[in-house]
Amino acid sequence: MTKVTLTVNGRAMSGECEDRTLLVHFIREKLGLTGTHVGCDTTQCGACVIHMDGLSVKSCSILAVQASGSTITTIEGLAGQGELHPVQAAFKEHHGLQCGFCTPGMVMTAVDLINREGGTLTEETVRAGLEGNICRCTGYHNIVKAILAADAEMATGRQAAE
Amino acid sequence: MYATSYHRASSVEDAVKLKSANEEGKYLSGGMTLISTMKQRLAAPSDLIDLRHIPAIRGIRIEGRKVTIGAATPHADVAASRELAAICPAICKLAGHIGDPHVRHMGTIGGSIANNDPAADYPAGLLGLGATIVTDRRSLSADDFFTGLFETALEEGEMVTSVTFDAPEKAGYAKFNNPASRFAMTGVFVAKTAGGVRVAVTGAGSSGVFRHPGFEQALASNWSPDALSNVVVDASNLMSDLHANAEYRANLVKVMAKRAVASAG
Ligand SMILES: Cc1cc2nc3c(=O)[nH]c(=O)nc-3n(C[C@H](O)[C@H](O)[C@H](O)COP(=O)(O)OP(=O)(O)OC[C@H]3O[C@@H](n4cnc5c(N)ncnc54)[C@H](O)[C@@H]3O)c2cc1C
Ligand code: FES
Ligand code: FES
Repeated sequence: MTKVTLTVNGRAMSGECEDRTLLVHFIREKLGLTGTHVGCDTTQCGACVIHMDGLSVKSCSILAVQASGSTITTIEGLAGQGELHPVQAAFKEHHGLQCGFCTPGMVMTAVDLINREGGTLTEETVRAGLEGNICRCTGYHNIVKAILAADAEMATGRQAAE
Repeated sequence: MYATSYHRASSVEDAVKLKSANEEGKYLSGGMTLISTMKQRLAAPSDLIDLRHIPAIRGIRIEGRKVTIGAATPHADVAASRELAAICPAICKLAGHIGDPHVRHMGTIGGSIANNDPAADYPAGLLGLGATIVTDRRSLSADDFFTGLFETALEEGEMVTSVTFDAPEKAGYAKFNNPASRFAMTGVFVAKTAGGVRVAVTGAGSSGVFRHPGFEQALASNWSPDALSNVVVDASNLMSDLHANAEYRANLVKVMAKRAVASAG
């Protein structure tokens, strides 16, 4: 067993696991944060997307020991003080989900995309940004709408803050 | 996944030493191929030697027109480098179309070329640029490095540390994605280098990435998409699989080569 230490959603956390334990299983089973999902065996669906040191990654294809020492944000870490993150609020407003299984990964992907390219997003760049995320329900249309709306909303927020 | 032991290397020497102490071990870079393969139990290394925390092999260095990319540099960093885009936009474009954003945040150039998947993008880029692959013990030309399907000239325990190339006068890359996997169903990299025109094809050859001398000659005398119209692409050495047969790929090779020339900057 190896000790893994992470900063998760702003809190220092640690736990013991086998070297072969996947980060997503460590997060779900050791840390009890079950918002991050597993939807495939092939690193393709994106249900498991979290942020590691500020960048979106597929936590099903990283070992917990590989991530040790890093800073992690999961879907549980987005909302502040009882208020949804603007991307979460936009998914709700624009019906960006049906069954909701892909949604944590979609939202974490959208936040990463807005962090990197916020203010310049178009339907085309959003669709390209979702290449690593599969949704079996929505047909993507409302997900794209929600992300564009959140991007616009957050850009307005940034301007107001300046 | 079968049990394995994880080691985090702090330097190239440390990594090579760990690897020679663990014969059944493997280097681990971004893990986007290796961890996926281990999950399917298609690989079972006794030990993993993590290269992501070795500062000396991460990052892009540009001196004049000479480019050096550390082996553990993620695809996303190559895609986003403005300095590199200023002298060789084609390699940034290539990196920016590998897999998806999450794969690009983890996957690295060293892992990609060491793996030499016959449908991977970097092998075409490096063969097209006439790059040099630097390892812990020697330097190899891309022509000598890529030897077959998932095969390279790397010896047991040999580790890629960086790749270097001179920025070409012009270069372009065009890829026809497999819509499900994002890998190249055919990808063609064209470059006008100091050593002449080079054309490298990935995703199509039945023994992996290859150069196309017919295209190279045609483009050397006339650098334009039309110059390729009458060049014959022999289908007999191309792959046939459920995505496309060899004849279809032969046509794709030409179409992608033309697009690559048209897009070259
Ligand atoms: C969903 C998905 C889509 C993808 N799409 C594409 C695509 O469109 N195009 C494409 O080209 N690739 C694609 N890939 C593969 C991706 O680019 C991988 O990142 C890459 O092939 C391997 O790089 P890595 O750093 O992840 O290597 P790892 O998985 O860590 O290692 C791969 C192999 O290389 C060895 N190795 C690693 N580093 C070194 C080194 N420095 N020296 C010697 N040996 C080393 C390892 O031992 C292992 O055998 C995709 C992957 C996924 C999961
Ligand atoms: S569970 Fe990670 S990509 Fe599907
Ligand atoms: S909402 Fe059901 S998979 Fe996306």
